[in-house]
Amino acid sequence: MNQFPGASGLIFDEPLLWEKGANGRRGMSLPPRDVDFALPDEALVGELPDLPDLSEMDVVRHYTRLSQWNFGVDQGMYPLGSCTMKYNPKTNEKQAGLQGFAAAHPLLPDSLSQGALKLIHDLERFLAEITCMDAVSLQPAAGAQGELTGMLIIYAYHKSRNSKRTKIIVPDTAHGTNPASAALCGFQPVNVKSGEKGILTPEVIARVMDESVAGIMVTNPNTLGLFEEHIIEISEIVHEKGGLVYCDGANMNAIMGIADSAKMGIDIQHLNLHKTFSTPHGSGGPGSGPVCVGKHLEPFLPVPRILFEEGLYRLSEEFPQSIGKLHAFYGNFGVLVKAYSYILSMGPLLQRASQLAVLNANYIKELLKDVFHLPYDRPCMHECVFTDKEQHEQKISTLEIAKRLMDYGFHPPTIYFPLVVSGAIMIEPTESESKETLDSFVQAMKTIAQEAKDHPELLREAPTKTKVKRMDETAAARHPCLTG
Amino acid sequence: MRYLPHTEEDIASMLETVGIESLEDLYSTVPAACRRSTPLNLPEPLSEWELDNRMSALAATIAASPEYTVFLGAGNYEHFIPESVRYLLSRSEFVTAYTPYQPELSQGTLQAIYEYQTLVSRLLGMEIANASLYDGASALAEALLMTARITHKEKIVISGAVHPAYRQVVRTYFSSTGYEIVELPYLEDGRTDLSALHGMQDVAGVALQSPNFFGCIEGVSQAAEISHSVGALFVTAFSEPLAYGLYKNPGIQGADIACGEGQSMGIPQSFGGPGLGMFATFMKHVRSIPGRLVGLSRDVTGKRGFVLTLATREQHIRREKATSNICTNGSLCALATAMYMASLGRTGLGELARLNFDKTEYLKAAFRSAGFRIRFSSPTFNEFVVEFPPGFDTLHEHLLEKKIIAGTRLARYYPELENCWLLCVTETRTREQMDRLVREVQS
Repeated sequence: MNQFPGASGLIFDEPLLWEKGANGRRGMSLPPRDVDFALPDEALVGELPDLPDLSEMDVVRHYTRLSQWNFGVDQGMYPLGSCTMKYNPKTNEKQAGLQGFAAAHPLLPDSLSQGALKLIHDLERFLAEITCMDAVSLQPAAGAQGELTGMLIIYAYHKSRNSKRTKIIVPDTAHGTNPASAALCGFQPVNVKSGEKGILTPEVIARVMDESVAGIMVTNPNTLGLFEEHIIEISEIVHEKGGLVYCDGANMNAIMGIADSAKMGIDIQHLNLHKTFSTPHGSGGPGSGPVCVGKHLEPFLPVPRILFEEGLYRLSEEFPQSIGKLHAFYGNFGVLVKAYSYILSMGPLLQRASQLAVLNANYIKELLKDVFHLPYDRPCMHECVFTDKEQHEQKISTLEIAKRLMDYGFHPPTIYFPLVVSGAIMIEPTESESKETLDSFVQAMKTIAQEAKDHPELLREAPTKTKVKRMDETAAARHPCLTG
Repeated sequence: MRYLPHTEEDIASMLETVGIESLEDLYSTVPAACRRSTPLNLPEPLSEWELDNRMSALAATIAASPEYTVFLGAGNYEHFIPESVRYLLSRSEFVTAYTPYQPELSQGTLQAIYEYQTLVSRLLGMEIANASLYDGASALAEALLMTARITHKEKIVISGAVHPAYRQVVRTYFSSTGYEIVELPYLEDGRTDLSALHGMQDVAGVALQSPNFFGCIEGVSQAAEISHSVGALFVTAFSEPLAYGLYKNPGIQGADIACGEGQSMGIPQSFGGPGLGMFATFMKHVRSIPGRLVGLSRDVTGKRGFVLTLATREQHIRREKATSNICTNGSLCALATAMYMASLGRTGLGELARLNFDKTEYLKAAFRSAGFRIRFSSPTFNEFVVEFPPGFDTLHEHLLEKKIIAGTRLARYYPELENCWLLCVTETRTREQMDRLVREVQS
């Protein structure tokens, strides 16, 4: 196994925070007291919460040890499908940490925050250029909030036309959050199936599209990693009946500089800056989910909007048709700084990034399709989806394959998603991985397929090199213990 | 480009494996009618060093501490953050990991979030907390949606002294539901007028913020009692959780849900985001809670470990019947807050909260002796409202030139509070800075 990165080293155990420390310790310096004690109203004063008292070193060692039980992109390949775990450039972190950005109060007068406003304005223009849409709001704090924003815009659009529509079409290859986002907005999701080629057919959409349908939520490329080839016909069918087309742009990393959302008939599209634009996932956030729209939907975008007039940037709430606010201020500005830095560093090379992401996925697909079942043997975009069908004979499932990959030093792909494929193994390598790394990953997957035949117990017992072995998730849900 | 590892030889050999001639051929499934007509019109790529110059120049145009003396609060607070927190938070094992779906490779994040849930529950006096939401505003919206889910009622009551932006976000989240939203006025002392709540019918949830937007401590126990008497759930929101290092927490005063903004505990101000949506409640409501939860479990060898749990509430399993659509939340910000609380500890939290209170009282007293009216008489935490003579706007502008930002004008949100300004004092303000502010305002 020498050619694989997975190895074992000394791992430190570390108790829970409140299992260490001693009363009276402190890990933070306070400024000198330069005022007298005042008298708080005794009736309002409460007991201090039971937080552990720790020294600075106690805290540093605690979190350093915890961090070593984690796996991030900086340690190894993280081919998590639909999540775009690309490299997160270090300089972006530095830029977001500049004092002017990190210490900026959101209610500064416009005249004292021109740099921040310009950054927001320019980033909006960049994203409009990349998607070919007309207007952008950077306010949504994550992809799912972008979806909600999109649904609220669709709701407001129909309401402005005195039309009451109750349904949204959601294909089986759409992102997992889509039905919940539609439902949160009061729409009833209408599920439709993709066709034999793994993409939507216009006929299926025509069958469900009528005047009670507010619109469709398409993920393009879809979660099988396939480009929706009939998107233009589908948009026409939806538009003809007065509906709107929402595109979940979580898979934008495949098509930057290639596809034109406006030409595809898309009315609203969200992007995930923490996927396509290299801002780190941070163990599950913070993200950023900007929403891009065509001119006709611009009046509905969240407020405040940013305006550039007479050489000055300013924030304005004077948009009477706006859906309102999604965030207390302007969204996750700190994340925006990182995405802006990335776009300035890449420029038109973003197209190259997309091409290489697609090349990497197709390369893996070609090299693994003899070993793992490939349900849709067609050119893929940025990700490819296999299944565990070939391993059924050995009674090995996707879960075991995923867990065994950990022992070889790779993060598992996304598993059991999309639901349209049984036992899905969804691999998204991104453009960041080199050919050598891909070759090593392919070799690990082939070795695992062979092990499934010769030594299936190795898969069933995996992982063996991690801090903990297979976790009991059922017990955790049956008797939830959520605090200590 | 340093982020793209492929050499020309790599590309040639990979294209051969795939069985195509060029990178363009990868897009054979994208119809011509879907393609861009023009290449990406973006600025040419900057080198790392050019980027440094560009970004520093932008950042330099923004008024920030310590160059400016800032008395702004209103939901975003300047507090000292220990370098150890910033340093630990930059560990790329935390920064570059995804949501901890694979527990064997994510024990660091999972234990840290479990600890976060615990510390937040203790701070707020609740039994459980989730793994985070986006920010205080959306946390309040989610809390009120949750009260409607639990009670099956369709009226929401919210205090007019809740942060104006939070109220706007609540309205946006509810805009398509058809639910009625009732706003309660505030009293002369700065607290919420609860009188309209008595005997109100069909109320799902009642929300107060304490300390409220004016910095005033609300009569939370009384509000909880009245809310419960009309069959509603009671939500306590907050934008400054440090206050619970001095004042009674929401749980002990009868809140069913406590939620709000955690930015003030270890997260940079960053022009308002990312912040941290804190969300806590009681175990009996666990199946209705939005967002992720981390739970304690054991591995097959019996060793202690942690997993994401009760996922059957969540969007990826429950689809349209999920308790929320949230997926990516604010994990790294939750970690920052946990690290910050761990650094402060019980003792430090008490001292820091006290220092914030005392400094605020100092400035209040100084304004009073200088002849200005403190608009509301209720006790406050680190914010308060001062009534300045008409025309203070001009002086405020003038002070900007002297690099002092003397608070937020309230008339923008409350037209009736003309000449009233919201000022904020934390441990970062010195007595000297406060004395100077009062001197300048007097002149």
